[in-house]
Amino acid sequence: MNIVVCVKQVPDTATERKLRSDDKTLDRDAADGVVNELDEYAVEEALRLKEAHGGEVTVLTMGPDKASETIRKALAMGADKAVHLVDDALHGSDALGTSYALAQTLKKIGFDLVVLGSESTDARTGVLAAMLAERLGVPQLTFANKVEVNGTSIAIQRVTDYGYDKVEAVLPAVVSVVEKINEPRYPSFKGIMAAKKKPVEKLGVADAEIDVAQVGLAGSWSEVADFAAAPPRAAGTVVKDEGDGGVKAADFLASKKFV
Amino acid sequence: MSEVLVLVEHVDGQVKKVTLELLTLARRLGAPSAVWAGPGYSAEAKAKLAEYGAEKIYVADSADITDYVVAPKAELLAQLVSSASPAAVLVAATAEAKEIAGRLAIKTDSGVLTDAVGIGEGLVADQSIFGGGVNVQSRVTKGTPIIAVRPNATPVEASAGAGAEEQVSVAVSDAAKGAKVVDRVKEEKGARPELTEAAIVVSGGRGVGSAENFSIIEKLADSLGAAVGASRAATDAGWYPHQFQVGQTGKTVSPQLYIAAGISGAIQHRAGMQTAKTIIAINKDPEAPIFELADFGVVGDLNQVVPQLTDEIAKRK
Ligand SMILES: Cc1cc2nc3c(=O)[nH]c(=O)nc-3n(C[C@H](O)[C@H](O)[C@H](O)COP(=O)(O)OP(=O)(O)OC[C@H]3O[C@@H](n4cnc5c(N)ncnc54)[C@H](O)[C@@H]3O)c2cc1C
Ligand SMILES: Cc1cc2nc3c(=O)[nH]c(=O)nc-3n(C[C@H](O)[C@H](O)[C@H](O)COP(=O)(O)OP(=O)(O)OC[C@H]3O[C@@H](n4cnc5c(N)ncnc54)[C@H](O)[C@@H]3O)c2cc1C
Repeated sequence: MNIVVCVKQVPDTATERKLRSDDKTLDRDAADGVVNELDEYAVEEALRLKEAHGGEVTVLTMGPDKASETIRKALAMGADKAVHLVDDALHGSDALGTSYALAQTLKKIGFDLVVLGSESTDARTGVLAAMLAERLGVPQLTFANKVEVNGTSIAIQRVTDYGYDKVEAVLPAVVSVVEKINEPRYPSFKGIMAAKKKPVEKLGVADAEIDVAQVGLAGSWSEVADFAAAPPRAAGTVVKDEGDGGVKAADFLASKKFV
Repeated sequence: MSEVLVLVEHVDGQVKKVTLELLTLARRLGAPSAVWAGPGYSAEAKAKLAEYGAEKIYVADSADITDYVVAPKAELLAQLVSSASPAAVLVAATAEAKEIAGRLAIKTDSGVLTDAVGIGEGLVADQSIFGGGVNVQSRVTKGTPIIAVRPNATPVEASAGAGAEEQVSVAVSDAAKGAKVVDRVKEEKGARPELTEAAIVVSGGRGVGSAENFSIIEKLADSLGAAVGASRAATDAGWYPHQFQVGQTGKTVSPQLYIAAGISGAIQHRAGMQTAKTIIAINKDPEAPIFELADFGVVGDLNQVVPQLTDEIAKRK
């Protein structure tokens, strides 16, 4: 099975994240770049499927040069090779542009199964997997907490508000995963060393046959008009429980008219 | 006046509160047209949608629409966008509706904005990003603006609309039938309000200690008519079902009041609750980061504080 995992580099959520004042895009220099947490679960699931059914795992990342750190991490976990879509023309792409660029690349490199995280921690749109399924014309198996492949059949459990749906399809397909699906492995020392020798193919927009009119800031379907830091929350009152903590909390609720 | 399509969220035939919020919002932008997708439509639903301003109600209630994942609903909306040329399409910012919005955007060559907390003049959407740290105004520059709006962001107001019903037949394409729903598994839900819609949410974390002890969280929630939430530590431990998880990989909630008991306030938890209007924290560790967010905090053992609070609320009713 030819599995492609889409991995995004995002700013570390533990540091302060900002937008750039010049073009209102994500300030990638302000914070350390890390692998989007859910994408580690996506890589893990791809590796488990490969271990069970054979095949190959390819990491696909669209992002600036710096995103190669993220690719290394996924390779150290055990992925076989990587494709890095990197081109200044892609800077500032919105979800439509990003899904278009990734879909073009996926058509070029081929796949039986594409695995994504269900949401990134920076933009948090949660639409990419559905958009890829739409653009590639293959089944959408998203928000999976369980994936089973049997020959060319695939079944997932799709997490819903009320529990889950059992969903079935035939490969090729697009899957996105939630964090309840597995526990991602840590890269071993051996894995980290081996990752340095694994092939990483760099593709530009021309290589992936991407029409530049549909990507980048200018090609996007939406724009950020303005932004500002949110006013900080006013400091609250903290009391120590001296046997009356519950009463004091009730007083506070009453003062706010909740009781 | 142009139509504004509002995709109706419904469960067991009941219209969800977020839809009333979207109708309220849509009235300021044009003539609201509710779109009912899937089985369960009734006279009661119709009355509710009209009460909150739906001028038209498009009804596509064949089972085909919900038998396959997401794609048929996107096809239905795309068909209506092409026949009605609406000024905008509004959906709730739920996981599934955002996916519908995403596919619709591609079908109609339109931009999509997710997690809006308001929509102003010129269909400019307000978004609260980076866990509430930055406020953004954004707009769609191509096609029909498709905007996913967060539940609880808009105060609901009734204002009657004509509620003219129009049956829509959709022939779901083979391409949209790729992912078939073969079973729906419902986990216990109870009588509490739904997490993302609730005005008050009471959440418990690792500090609660056990599945049994979650009953003290539930009692406090019931005394306030609130929904129950949980941190990931609590859902991972199996103390509370996963669909009640609040945070980055759980639900995003913006209630009027959020009470966090035995929750440390990890960044991933904050991402799901930081936009709550009022926050109360109960934690035995005075250094817990949740206190940085709290409007009111009690440093103490939740096993003492929570039951006392529940009793006090009962006394004051
Ligand atoms: C704060 C913020 C808000 C934004 N809001 C919007 C908006 O409302 N509408 C809009 O059209 N655009 C928006 N964008 C732009 C958006 O970030 C990009 O289009 C982004 O590349 C894809 O969106 P996402 O990260 O939210 O994807 P999600 O759908 O949340 O990501 C799901 C998965 O897709 C995969 N993936 C995502 N990006 C990549 C990548 N570059 N390379 C490889 N795999 C990837 C990963 O597996 C990831 O787990 C916003 C950006 C920011 C920073
Ligand atoms: C990819 C990823 C996604 C994640 N998504 C989410 C998410 O969606 N939601 C989420 O919540 N987390 C999420 N997390 C996990 C998050 O990082 C934290 O581990 C989690 O929120 C911790 O839960 P907690 O606060 O209940 O537990 P802890 O951090 O262990 O805190 C427990 C708190 O309870 C207090 N306490 C203990 N006993 C008592 C007592 N008797 N009385 C009062 N206080 C007491 C302690 O002082 C402590 O502050 C995610 C992590 C990752 C890696």
